[in-house]
Amino acid sequence: MKQVHELDHVAIRFAGDSGDGMQLTGTKFTDETALAGNDLSTFPDFPAEIRAPAGTMAGVSGFQIHFSSRDIHTPADEVDLLVAFNPAALRANVDDVRSQAMIIVNSDSFNTRAQERAGYDQDPLPGLRRRFQLVEIPLTTLNREALHGLALTQREIDRCKNFFALGLLCWLYDRPMDATERWLCSKFSADVLEANVRTLRAGYAFGETTELFPTHYSVPAAAIEPGTYRNITGNAALAWGIVAAGARTRRPVFFGAYPITPASEVLHEVARYQNFGIKTFQAEDEIAAVSATIGAAFAGHLAVTVSSGPGFILKQEALGLAVMVELPMVVINVQRAGPATGSPTKTEQGDLLTAVFGRHSQSPIPVLAASTPSDCFDVVLEAFRLAVKFMTPVAVLSESYLASSAEPWKIPDVESLGHSEVVFAEAQDHEEFQPYRRNPETLARPWAIPGTAGLEHRIGGLTKQDITGNVVYEPENHQNMVNLRAEKLERIAHEIPPVQVEGPEGGELVVVGWGGTKGAITAAVEEARSAGHQVSRIHLRHLNPLPADLGDVLQRFRKILLPELNEGQLALLLRAKYLLPVQTFSKISGQPFKIWEIRECIEATLKEDL
Amino acid sequence: MATSTSAGQNRRDFVSDQDVRWCPGCGDYSILANVQRVMPDLGVRREDTVFVSGIGCSSRFPYYMNTYGFHTIHGRAPAFATGIKVARPELSVWVVTGDGDGLSIGGNHLLHSIRRNLNIQILLFNNRVYGLTKGQYSPTSEPGMRTKSSPQGSIDYPIDPISFSLSAGATFVARTIDVDAAHMRQTLRLAHEHSGTAFVEILQNCPVFNDGAWSDLQDRKTRVESSLVLEHGKPLVFSSKGSLKGIAVDQGVPSVVELADDDDPVERGVVVHDEHCETTSYAHALATLKRPDFPLPVGVIRQVEKPCYEDLLQQQVEHAIEQQGVGDLGDLLCSGDVWRVD
Ligand code: SF4
Repeated sequence: MKQVHELDHVAIRFAGDSGDGMQLTGTKFTDETALAGNDLSTFPDFPAEIRAPAGTMAGVSGFQIHFSSRDIHTPADEVDLLVAFNPAALRANVDDVRSQAMIIVNSDSFNTRAQERAGYDQDPLPGLRRRFQLVEIPLTTLNREALHGLALTQREIDRCKNFFALGLLCWLYDRPMDATERWLCSKFSADVLEANVRTLRAGYAFGETTELFPTHYSVPAAAIEPGTYRNITGNAALAWGIVAAGARTRRPVFFGAYPITPASEVLHEVARYQNFGIKTFQAEDEIAAVSATIGAAFAGHLAVTVSSGPGFILKQEALGLAVMVELPMVVINVQRAGPATGSPTKTEQGDLLTAVFGRHSQSPIPVLAASTPSDCFDVVLEAFRLAVKFMTPVAVLSESYLASSAEPWKIPDVESLGHSEVVFAEAQDHEEFQPYRRNPETLARPWAIPGTAGLEHRIGGLTKQDITGNVVYEPENHQNMVNLRAEKLERIAHEIPPVQVEGPEGGELVVVGWGGTKGAITAAVEEARSAGHQVSRIHLRHLNPLPADLGDVLQRFRKILLPELNEGQLALLLRAKYLLPVQTFSKISGQPFKIWEIRECIEATLKEDL
Repeated sequence: MATSTSAGQNRRDFVSDQDVRWCPGCGDYSILANVQRVMPDLGVRREDTVFVSGIGCSSRFPYYMNTYGFHTIHGRAPAFATGIKVARPELSVWVVTGDGDGLSIGGNHLLHSIRRNLNIQILLFNNRVYGLTKGQYSPTSEPGMRTKSSPQGSIDYPIDPISFSLSAGATFVARTIDVDAAHMRQTLRLAHEHSGTAFVEILQNCPVFNDGAWSDLQDRKTRVESSLVLEHGKPLVFSSKGSLKGIAVDQGVPSVVELADDDDPVERGVVVHDEHCETTSYAHALATLKRPDFPLPVGVIRQVEKPCYEDLLQQQVEHAIEQQGVGDLGDLLCSGDVWRVD
C-alpha cells in the first residue's frame, strides 16, 4: 500500500481539446467529490467556437474543481494539479499552476507537430521539470492497451482516454468511482460501456502500481450542515427556479426564449419539464421571445424569458411595454462579456445599468442578481414573487461564471419555498371595470385575464389614464403615472429585507459586492481578517430598488470598496444615490476575480489616506 | 356594463366606449363596423375574444372593440398573439396589422406566426402607405410613389402580402375590400371557421395619404371588371367591358381567355377554383394576377388543413404527463445524484 497524505483543500484542472471530453471528465470527478462529502466549487472554461481546429489554443477546453474539508467560496486562484491532454492545453493553462505543483501531461501528444500547433517553438517539457513536479504519462498508449481486443475503431478507443485519466485521478485523490460507473451504465451499452468502465478501472489500477506516484492524497469530508445535497450549476438552478415558481403557485408557466450562449442551457433544461405543464416556446428571435412572454402574462400564465446581453438589449422595447401595461413577468439575463458579440462564453457584469435604465424614458423595473450557482434558484423564485405581488416585470441577472459553475446545494424543503398567491380579478357585472385601480398597499393593478366576463378591457403602450386605463394625453395624468410607477418601486424597497452586514456594523472599510463576485470577495475578506484587518462585507441581491436602509448602513463606514466585473456600474449608482465616496475595483477580462486580487486591493485601500 | 351571455350577443356588445379616431373617410371605419357586425354570428363570447395589434393607424383597432385587447409595439403583434394563444388555446385571438407594421418592421413575426399555423386570425389592412407617420412609402407601395421620404419616387420593389403568406405556408389566405361589406363579412366568417392561421388581406383606402390606391376595386361601378371573385369549385370567370372572360393557367403562367356566350369555360381551359389544392403553385399563380392586366382575385385563395401549433404543444404536454406522470417538484429536486449529510 502506498502512503496516504491528508490535505485540506485541492484545486485541479483538466485541460484538453474541446473534443477530449474535459467537461464530462470534470463533471464526473465533481460528482464523486460531492459524494465524498467535500465542499467544492467548479469553473468550466470552454471555447466559444464549436469546432476550433484541433490542438490549437483556440480549441482548449478546461474544467477546474476546488474541493476541501472546510467551507470554500471559489474555484481557487491557482491549481495544485493540472492534467494537460496536449501541448495547447498545457500552454493555455500553465500560468495558473502553483509553483512546484504537479502537472500531468499526456506524453503521447507531445510531438513536434503538436507543439508547433500550440505555438511552442521547442519542447516545453524540459523547462517545466524545474518549476513543477512534471509527470509524463502516455495516456493514449495506456488507454489503447487497456482496451485491446474490443470491437471498436481506433477513434472510438481514443475517445475513452479521458476516463483513463479520470480513473487515475480518482485513485490519486482517493475518490470512489461508483457514481461514474452507474452513470456509464445508464448512458452506454455493449462495447462502449465496457470500454469506458475498463479504462476507468485501468487508470485507477495504474495509479496504484506505477512508481510515478509514491503517495496519494485524501481530502476529508467537510463539516457540512445536515441535509440532502446535490450539485447544481447556475443555469440548472435558474431552470429549476422557474419550475418551482409554477409548482408553488400552481399556475402554468410559459417560457419563451431564443437560443443564445450562455443562456441556452436554461432553455434546454426547462424544455425537459413539459410534464409540469410548462409550455416552452422557442421563438424566431429575441423580440418575439419577450413579446410572446408578455402575451402569455396577459393571458394569465407565469411568464418568463431568458437571454444574454445581445438578446437582453433587443428585449428592452417590449419590456418598456410591460412596464406600461404593468404585467407580471420575469426576464433573465445570463450576462456575458461584450460589447457586441464579445466573448460569448466569458463572464462579465456589464449589463447592470442596461437592466436598470436600458429602456427609453422613465421605465423602472426591479432588478435582482444571483450571487452563487444555487442562489439562482432562490432569486428566480423571488423575482416571480415580486412580479406577481406588485404586477411588474422583474429582471434577474446571472453571469456566465455562475451559469456553468457548480456547487453543492442543500436541497430545500418544497413547503418552505416562498411564493405569492396568484389572484386574478373576478368576473363582475355591476360596475365599469377599472384596469388601473390599484391595490393601495402595493400599487399593483388587478390581473384581469381574458375569459373573465365583465372585465373586457384594452391595454397598450399609449399613456394610460390613472384608474380607467383609457388613452389620455393630459400633462398632469402623465406626471401622476410616472410618479406611481416610481412609487411602486419604493414600495418594493420596503418589502425586501434590510441590508445584512457581515462583520462589524461600522468602521474603517466595507467591501460591497453584487452577483457572482460573492465567492471571491468573501474569501478575500476572510483572508484580510485573518491577517488582522477589520473589514466588513455587504453583498446585494436587490439592485433596483436598493434596500431602503442601504444609505444609512454605508454611512457607518469610512471607506467603501466595490469590486465589479465592469467599469464601476453599481458604484456609479451608489455614488449618485447616496453621495458617498465609493471606490471601484474593476476587472473586465472575461475571467472572474481572483481572491488575491481583491485581498491586495483591500490592503491597499486600508493603507490609503482619505 | 352589461355582461354578455353566450346567446344574444349583438353588434352593440362589441362596440367599446372609446371615441373612434381615424380620419374622416378612412377605410378602417368600414372594417371596424363589419368586424363588430360579424362577431355576434361567430358564436364566441366577447370575453373569450382578444384583439391584438402593433403600431399604425390600423393598430388602434383593439381600443374600439369591447373585447379583451392589447395594443402592443410596432410589428410584434403576431408574437404577442402567439403567447396568448399558446397559453390559452380556447381564446379567439385576432391580430390586426397593416402593410408597414406587418410586412416591414414585423415581417419576421408575421412569417413565423403563419408558418407555425396557430389557430388565429390575422387581418392585414393594406393601404400601401404609412398613415400614422404621415405618408411615407410602405413595403407595398408601388415603385415610383412620391412621398415626403421619396421625393423622386420610391425605388423599393413592393412585396405582395398574398405571395408572402403563401410562401410562409399559410393554411388560409384570403383577400377582401374595405367597402365591400357583404364580401368582407363572409370572408371573416370563413377565416374564423378555419382551424389554423387565417391570413386576410383587406384592401383599405387611406384618403389622406394614398387616396384611390384601390379605387377601381372600391368603386361599385368598376369593381365587377376589376375583381375576380373566387368561389370554390367555380371557374375563374369575370366580365369585362360587357363580355365574359376567364383565367387559364399554363405551367404556372396565367392568361386571360375571351369567352363567347355559349362557351363552356372549362372546355376553353378556364381554371376551376380549388382552394384546397395541396400544392401552393396554383395559389401562387393567383397571387400574380395584378391590375391592370388582370382582375384582382378576392375571396378565399387557399384553405387547407394542418395541425395547429398550440394543439401540438398541448399534446406534447399531455404526452409528457402520460409518460412521466404529473411533475413533482420535490422529486425533481432530489433526482439524480444526491447525498445525505447527517
Ligand atoms: S392616415 Fe390614412 S389610414 Fe390613417 S386614419 Fe387617416 S385615413 Fe386612415
